[in-house]
Amino acid sequence: MKWDEFFVTGDPLIYGADVSIGLTVIGILFYLTYFKKWQWLWTEWLTTVDHKKLGIMYIASAVLMLFRGGVDALLMRVQLATPDSKFLDSQHYNEIFTTHGTIMIIFMAMPFLIGLINVVIPLQIGARDVAFPYLNAVSFWTFFIGAMLFNVSFVIGGSPSAGWTSYMPLAGNELSPGPGQNYYLLGLQIAGIGTLLTGINFLVTILKMRAPGMTLFRMPVFTWSALITMIIIVFAFPILTVALALMTFDRLFGAHFFTLQGAGMDMLWANLFWLWGHPEVYIVVLPAFGMFSEIISTFSRKTIFGYKAMIWAMIIIAGYSFMVWVHHFFTMGSGELVNSVFSITTMIIGIPTGIKIFNWLFTMYKGKISFTTPMLWSLGFIVNFVIGGVTGVMLAMAAADYQYHNTYFLVAHFHYVLIAGTVFACFAGLIFWFPKMFGYKLNERIGKWVFWVFNIGFNVCFIPQFILGLDGMPRRVYTYSAASGWGNLNMLSTVGGFLMGVAFLILVYNFYFSFRYSERENTGDSWGLGRTLEWSTTSAVPPHYNFAITPTVKSFDPLIQMKRDNVDLKPKIKDIKKIHMPDNSGVPFFMSAFFFIAGFGLVFEWFWMGIVGLIGVFITLIIRSFDPNEGYYVSEEEIKETERLTV
Amino acid sequence: MAHAEVHDHNTPLEYQSETGRLNILGFWIFLGAEIALFSTLFATYLVLMFRTADGPTPHELFELKGVLIETFLLLTSSFTCGIAIHEMRRRNRKGLFTWMIITLALGAGFLGYEIYEFVTYVHEGAALGTSAFWSGFFVIVGTHGLHVTMGIAWITLILIQVARRGLTPQTSAKVFISSLYWHFLDVVWIFIFTAVYLTGMVLHNG
Repeated sequence: MKWDEFFVTGDPLIYGADVSIGLTVIGILFYLTYFKKWQWLWTEWLTTVDHKKLGIMYIASAVLMLFRGGVDALLMRVQLATPDSKFLDSQHYNEIFTTHGTIMIIFMAMPFLIGLINVVIPLQIGARDVAFPYLNAVSFWTFFIGAMLFNVSFVIGGSPSAGWTSYMPLAGNELSPGPGQNYYLLGLQIAGIGTLLTGINFLVTILKMRAPGMTLFRMPVFTWSALITMIIIVFAFPILTVALALMTFDRLFGAHFFTLQGAGMDMLWANLFWLWGHPEVYIVVLPAFGMFSEIISTFSRKTIFGYKAMIWAMIIIAGYSFMVWVHHFFTMGSGELVNSVFSITTMIIGIPTGIKIFNWLFTMYKGKISFTTPMLWSLGFIVNFVIGGVTGVMLAMAAADYQYHNTYFLVAHFHYVLIAGTVFACFAGLIFWFPKMFGYKLNERIGKWVFWVFNIGFNVCFIPQFILGLDGMPRRVYTYSAASGWGNLNMLSTVGGFLMGVAFLILVYNFYFSFRYSERENTGDSWGLGRTLEWSTTSAVPPHYNFAITPTVKSFDPLIQMKRDNVDLKPKIKDIKKIHMPDNSGVPFFMSAFFFIAGFGLVFEWFWMGIVGLIGVFITLIIRSFDPNEGYYVSEEEIKETERLTV
Repeated sequence: MAHAEVHDHNTPLEYQSETGRLNILGFWIFLGAEIALFSTLFATYLVLMFRTADGPTPHELFELKGVLIETFLLLTSSFTCGIAIHEMRRRNRKGLFTWMIITLALGAGFLGYEIYEFVTYVHEGAALGTSAFWSGFFVIVGTHGLHVTMGIAWITLILIQVARRGLTPQTSAKVFISSLYWHFLDVVWIFIFTAVYLTGMVLHNG
């Protein structure tokens, strides 16, 4: 391979990106060196096993990926704003919609939610950390390096272009030659390891690490949603692992799983992909439901309406999430019986989801509602998500789907579900728990601007797409003719897209503004309305051991109970005992570096490099296994000092 | 992370530490994920079962003798692995080592036969790229074989740790977890024996 094939060349946009990536890297290196921050970066962040810090790193990476995926989206919208546009060529457009979809789902939505779960769940159940803190670091680093590997494709070797669904035979060697599709396979495979480990980790954490008195049916709804999500992850992600591995065998080693030659079966990929892919939709939406439940209940000053119904609805949704996958390809020859069955299971999922919507509404009924920004996002969610849900039921009807399939109607539908569900939840959750992470709130006034600009932009962007879809505009086309008459609505949609971009910039400005000017919190209950244990810590940002004394839970909404009973949350000196905590470790960081080497080697089919990387991974595993890793004790003096307790 | 450990005399060593208990539960969940992984491979294999294209059919190449020997070796190794755990619970380190090493030797024998079988098939014109069927065959049986290989390496490393540090709640939890893994591979093999070999020899297209 020649150097000019190795690097992506010939496009001014890419050169611009090369320069900006280079400058950013130099800027970061300079900052770290000039301000002597290397040591700080290494000990406080890169080697940490603290669930709160890992959560913050997840969220920071996800915001970065939101930017990347968002720029992809805007490039597409610019191309589609006018008919017969020459802004992007077809190959470039294909690459952009592929990376947009993949990044938004795998590297933005999931890590954002997993980040919030990381920060909040151990605090919500009154635990000192997760069950396997070291494994948690491995999860983060494999996700991070998988994301980086996928993003490198942008400047080295070329991006995948077969869509985020990567249907065969399009994604095979014949129609997608070169390393692009391999980046997709290896990037997702490495990140998938991290997700599976997160699933196991939080399942054990929630089942085994709850504070005394917190029975399963006293768990907060968000904890329940995380528990159910982790079960879905444990059973869905291995399917993706296998599907990706089989396609890797097809592409790298000449196997015939999904190829047209050798009696392979291309539809097998579609089935395996969606057998993972549909549960994946619920992996990114159930935690969102959980967060909205917390926020709506908190700012309505009422306990959640229909708690048990909420839980059972999520359990039923989780079960059905594995029984609807064919609705993604009704038109691809499944036959009327199969289509009917999957049509019905799909519509059934609407019932528990509807129950949840009504429960949120009844929670607000007669509540004393505070319209804070997290609450605004939650209200925006209810309205917009219902549009996504109703159009979903329309699509669920197999016969009608023949009309909607592969049109912009579908595109608009799933953006209403994923943006109004997941992205709104990410924003709402981030703002709600921001003081827990950093000790100050995001500015509410600017936050309201973000909400309104984003919401208006979102609807202006996607409502025209429903109409375009019904008018027959297919998805994944890079341009259309002026005669089609789709120009005006597309231009309107593009304007909406840019409004969302503006909202994102205001959000970033809010990060800066609030860092500079926000009042610092001095209680653990920043909103003054906290209902669950994460708000019961004495300091705004919990110390690394979370709770000086493990709380005891007597009811659902434990903090409300404690407030009613006038419980003094400040720990008593006589109760302070030394606390056992896990050691930091640099091994996960190095393991992920070796994963990167292995993945990069396999992408270019340099097998020696792949083997070197994998050997490195095994060495890090062995080093960890032989390390006695006994952890350390936080002394009573240190705890007293942290908690500001004096005799 | 709790430290004040309360347990009666009958609690097995591997369950005596909080870390041990958490690790064992975590590993059971991991095995749940492994079941999902192998189920996907089985589904794939069964879908591709008759898709031999121009290549040989399983009916032509499968031989019962080698497969039976493999099965016998692996099933026996699961039994000896069980005895090893029994010896560990009796705090008999020597017994643990003896039976675990026998287990690993049987596992290595299984692997030897499997590699021989693979090489034979390749010589007879059936490789990974021959047809969809053979892709499915090599990947499902190969994935199991890879698991056995990893199991042998892993258990060896754990035995070295036991030799160095003795039987502690930590090391015994590791031994116990690796034994769960070993039994799991045995269960998967029973399904491979049935779904791949017996089915392949009995059912054939046309």
